[in-house]
Amino acid sequence: MSKIKCQCGHENPFGTVLCEKCGRPLTDEAQKSEMVDMRYEGSARRSQTYKKSVIDKIWNFFSSVKIGVSIIIAVLATSAIGTIFPQKFYVPVSGNDPSEYLEYYERLYGTVGKLYYQLGFYDMYNSWWFKVLIGMLGTSIIIASLDRVIPLYKSLTKQRTKRHPSFMKRQRIYGASNVSDPDESFNNAEKALKDLHYKVKVEDGAILAEKNRFGRWGPYVNHTGLIIFLLGVLMRGIPGFYVDETMWIREGETREIPGAPGYLLENVDFSVETYSKGEADEVFGEAIDNNGAIVSEFKSDVKLYKEKEGSLPGSSDVEFMKEYPIIVNKPLKFDGYSIFQMDYKTGELKTMTFSLMNKKTEQSVGEFTIDLNEPAKDYDLGNGTSIELMEYYADYDGIVDGQPSSKSPIPNNPAFIFNMKTPEHPDGEKSFVAIRQTLEVEPNDYEAKFLSAETRDASGLTIRKDKTLYILLLGGIVFMIGVIQGSYWQHRRIWIQKGSGSEMLIAAHTNKNWYTLKKDLDKVKEVATLPTYTDKQDKEAVIDTTEGETK
Amino acid sequence: MDKKKKRLFIRGAILLVLAAAIIFALTSKKETKVLAVGDKAPNFELQDMNGKKVKLSDYEGQGVFLNFWGTWCPPCKKEMPYIEKHSKEFTNKGVQVLSVNIGESEFKVNTFIDQYGLTFPVLIDKNKSVSRNSYNVVPLPTTMLIDKNGVIKQIVTREMSEAEIVSLMESIQPE
Repeated sequence: MSKIKCQCGHENPFGTVLCEKCGRPLTDEAQKSEMVDMRYEGSARRSQTYKKSVIDKIWNFFSSVKIGVSIIIAVLATSAIGTIFPQKFYVPVSGNDPSEYLEYYERLYGTVGKLYYQLGFYDMYNSWWFKVLIGMLGTSIIIASLDRVIPLYKSLTKQRTKRHPSFMKRQRIYGASNVSDPDESFNNAEKALKDLHYKVKVEDGAILAEKNRFGRWGPYVNHTGLIIFLLGVLMRGIPGFYVDETMWIREGETREIPGAPGYLLENVDFSVETYSKGEADEVFGEAIDNNGAIVSEFKSDVKLYKEKEGSLPGSSDVEFMKEYPIIVNKPLKFDGYSIFQMDYKTGELKTMTFSLMNKKTEQSVGEFTIDLNEPAKDYDLGNGTSIELMEYYADYDGIVDGQPSSKSPIPNNPAFIFNMKTPEHPDGEKSFVAIRQTLEVEPNDYEAKFLSAETRDASGLTIRKDKTLYILLLGGIVFMIGVIQGSYWQHRRIWIQKGSGSEMLIAAHTNKNWYTLKKDLDKVKEVATLPTYTDKQDKEAVIDTTEGETK
Repeated sequence: MDKKKKRLFIRGAILLVLAAAIIFALTSKKETKVLAVGDKAPNFELQDMNGKKVKLSDYEGQGVFLNFWGTWCPPCKKEMPYIEKHSKEFTNKGVQVLSVNIGESEFKVNTFIDQYGLTFPVLIDKNKSVSRNSYNVVPLPTTMLIDKNGVIKQIVTREMSEAEIVSLMESIQPE
């Protein structure tokens, strides 16, 4: 736990390159070098000596910029790999059968696709290792920032106005020479720097002029924004914060809304409207001529219900909330949820109308309509005539095990067994009726003839809820503030001090935009006689001045 | 030395919080909540064919043989006669059969009941809220065996043989 004591008397933490107070170089390396590294003000940004415990080792691991950059590259690389083939979510495989997914990738993308699946890239963004990688990125951002911003803040607040000449000498911009009237130069320089809006501190024959220190915090503000953003994403995992679900609902159906427990939605009507040539001729006239109809609106008229407080799932004890026409970009909003119009299906059979015909006379004795989703048992046609629905197969699939069977509850291919009761046959005649097919046990006098059908549509809706949206927005804004802060404000510092006799020293530092710093210096030099300075990294300038001196 | 301890403590705390955040990201966000053996069976309220309200909690203290089915599902048809056959003797032993039809018409369910002579309560889940949302039933038939404390003891997502049905009913019989 050694502290480094500087000649000026200040105790610096281990690892310090430049004394926090006077700026004397403390390491051998810094003492030998002509120019010091001013990053983090030469402060001890990491305590390499604290490698004793596991916690310190982990801490130092994440504090490393090399590790941070490696993590960023790993995230970039894996994210890119995830875009090569479609992710699991977009693969049209029903159910969750792994072999079907494997088959899909192999069929479309061959051996590479198979490998892609086997390595788990097919569901990359949900994989544990991708999440761990993002987590490590967050950890690295936080720890690396903390390890740098705190020492930087300390050294910037502790910095002394009067620096040791050895510090001045090692700055990139430095000059020293005798001037005719040091005091006058000094006072003029102070005034000039103030006119240039520098914050000027004077102490014991030394000036520290400083500007836009605030720009130094840019990267850390930017990192804070990133952390807020990641936090927002993390919060999506909390129940109730984030919902993204889809639902299909047919006209006339009432369904519990997935992701919004306790709420039910009834689809009253779905409709598609198209532009008529008259009303939109100017805009769509040509397109209508070329393509036929152009849709102007997809609309689901819905009713929202809420289960009463304390009622159980399945209970019919519901409360009507509101009626709303959902159109594209005008979602139904309630309790933080938004329900969007996304998709539709048309043409599912809803009702079928039959007419009961006397085969001999070919006269209809009446009509009846069957609701295919909630069929009634009996249909009275009057005059002692009625139809009894004996069996109904919504999706008729032929005879299985000696019985007619239905392969699903959806009326794709309806078939019926009717018992037709007429005055001639009070016990009824039985008939099996399917689409384009009528079977009779023995020849009947009457037959149910298909007249017409009505269809119904289904709406495809998306349910969204995102309480983290504003957190993500805040993260983005803070991120941008950090970027701007770090980009457009440069932290400039100019040191001027009187040396022994009539000598004056001048040194300057900025974190970027040295050109403007030099321009500032030149403006000061216009009103105050100051030593010529050299920019040690500007090769041409160095040559010029050395030539000038030899002349 | 004191300072070193403080630093260790702060670093440890920060690392712990970050580790907790990563663990949370890994464990949260299960796409759909799926009931598992050992879970409490969610309570529900559905109407039987006579319009009488039936709640799962009505059968507290008894074992419940909860069967989800559809008239169009062939394995459901095959196992139904065996369920009916053994339901009566097990009612006296404290095991109740409840069957939930997934949103079909009353006509279909009634003809089915007549055809198979079912005597246990048949409930239609009109809005599919019980089967799809609370119980997240996907394949049919699905049978949940619920013990007298309302805890799911077993979930069967296929057709059951007669012997299986008997042993499953025995497994939830209260002593």
